[in-house]
Amino acid sequence: MTIDSFVQYLANAIALGSMYALIAIGYTIVYGVVRLINMAHGDFFMAAAFLTAFGVSSFALPWYVSFVLATIVTVGVGLLAERVAYRPLRKVRISSFIGATSVSFLIQNSFVVFFSSRSVPFPHPEFLDRVIKFGAISLPVVVLFIMGVSAVLFLILTYIVTRTKMGRAMRAVSKDMEAALMVGVDADRVIAFAFVLSTTFASAGAFLWCSRFPFVSPFTGVMPGLKAFIGAVMGGIGSIPGALVGGFLLGLAEIMLVAFLPTLTGFRDIFAYLLLILFLLFRPGGLFNVKIREEKV
Amino acid sequence: MKPQKKVRRALSIAAVIAVLLFSVWAERHMDGFQVRIIHMWGIYVILVSSFNLIYGFTGQFSLAHAGLAAVGAYTVALLTLSPADKQVSFMLAPPVWPISVVQWPLLPSLLLGGLLAALAGFIIGAPALRLHGDYLLITTLGFSEIIRLLLCNLPGVTNGAMGLKGIPKDTNLTWVWGLAIITLFITKRLVDSSYGRALKCIRDDEIAAEAVGVNLSSHKVMAFVLSSFFVGIAGGLMSNLLGTVAPSTFKPDLTYAVITMAVLGGVRSLTGGVLAAGIYPVASELLRTIETPRQILGISYPGIPGLRSLAFAAMLLFLILFYRRGLMGSNEFSWGGILSRVQRLFGRPKMGGEQG
Repeated sequence: MTIDSFVQYLANAIALGSMYALIAIGYTIVYGVVRLINMAHGDFFMAAAFLTAFGVSSFALPWYVSFVLATIVTVGVGLLAERVAYRPLRKVRISSFIGATSVSFLIQNSFVVFFSSRSVPFPHPEFLDRVIKFGAISLPVVVLFIMGVSAVLFLILTYIVTRTKMGRAMRAVSKDMEAALMVGVDADRVIAFAFVLSTTFASAGAFLWCSRFPFVSPFTGVMPGLKAFIGAVMGGIGSIPGALVGGFLLGLAEIMLVAFLPTLTGFRDIFAYLLLILFLLFRPGGLFNVKIREEKV
Repeated sequence: MKPQKKVRRALSIAAVIAVLLFSVWAERHMDGFQVRIIHMWGIYVILVSSFNLIYGFTGQFSLAHAGLAAVGAYTVALLTLSPADKQVSFMLAPPVWPISVVQWPLLPSLLLGGLLAALAGFIIGAPALRLHGDYLLITTLGFSEIIRLLLCNLPGVTNGAMGLKGIPKDTNLTWVWGLAIITLFITKRLVDSSYGRALKCIRDDEIAAEAVGVNLSSHKVMAFVLSSFFVGIAGGLMSNLLGTVAPSTFKPDLTYAVITMAVLGGVRSLTGGVLAAGIYPVASELLRTIETPRQILGISYPGIPGLRSLAFAAMLLFLILFYRRGLMGSNEFSWGGILSRVQRLFGRPKMGGEQG
């Protein structure tokens, strides 16, 4: 492998890793405050992408208007799911997982019923299709765009969590929900805010993902959702830097597996699941060794 | 009013014979469509009761059902297909050695399918059952997906993503229901035994169970392996009924269908599971008629694809939100209950049985 193609692979890996990280952050924010594996996260991701495409193709909206509207609708769907399905089940762990899974199927199949199960092209802005050449290395603009947007979003999130009042309330609920309630934190509001953040990140991730792989169907969210979840577990679910690092590492590992051992390409997903299982068995706290308060199952 | 043990046993045996006689009759006299639904019912009974065993009675939420069923299904498919058929249907790579020459009858194939699924269950369960809650369910889901992805990626063994066709259809209703009854019988006996009490103790409070001397991991693993064995049998019956297997049949969706049935019936009730396992395929076929396009009174009705899955997802959400105990909760149909109800209905004076 030449150094040029290595750099090329590295750029792809960083782009893929950034997207996994963005989606993984959505899982981790929700898990951090409510201890819920939001199985529907991949479907919020899909909803944002699908609605963006729908707005452009059916109402001829410019992509940015369509994207903002789609994000608002997706955040609304997320809040609705939280209020209707997740909140009543907050105290019953396994039931909350089954609830989240049925919300996931509900969203997927609603899209199949109201739109169709076919893939539609994703209307990404044209400037992303260009390619920049550095010597023998050619980088698509979209790869650089993904890196830039992810970095900015991560900085914004860090600011919200560490510097704002709401961020402090989130950390309090995450540490000890009862104590947070006692000192007057409105836990319901904090959890709703966590869902807003999580779905916004899903939406941003969806835009980047579909700019890179420009098709979207009601089942688009399943695979990226699962992979990002694996990334979140690798980093330590509940930890935001953990999700970032875990997502990156998974993207890197996947691309490098394909680059160095191309015969094992078909085994890429198996490899990801193996990583997931090994982490859960031997280091359930992930790389950052997150200590999660266990509630009674 | 509890009838004597002999009476209850006689009634149970009579019921089993009645079910088996009915299955023989149904095979001959009912149309193919109805027979198929009753077939699926029997297979779902096995799947649901094995889920009840591991979750309802032992408290270990596992998402490995689809992968374990795939092990049973592929074992039966590969063993019952004739070597000549295998040479034809393996398109991506020729079948590897032991698979290319063997052909077994159905019963030993089913048994081996169950045993291999039990082995897979042991490999999954021994490490995974140390974990709890979210960690356990994600680990078992991961194992289940690994099994499915392996099936996709080993063309010499499984013909990859294309799956296998032309599996001889040897099963009939009597076989399926006979095996379903055996599964229910073994599960019921286990649950009522001292082992069963230990399992329920683990479910209700692990620390207390350990304190009174229950070996946690051996009990959990035993329940999981037995449950996996039944799932393997059910998977084998499924491939034999459908005549085809493909990795896509064994996506996590299959596991969620089993969970839907188990929750509908009540996860702690075997008879509730039997009931729900019958409701599910009937509802599924009814909804299929809404999904498919057709002509009604000259008006063409386009059909709504995806509606079936949507309805089941909505049903599961509704159940889990408002009706978590399911149809039966933790109750069972019992001869004692039925008889005392019958007696009350006819106002007969109390017989000389034991007071219950």
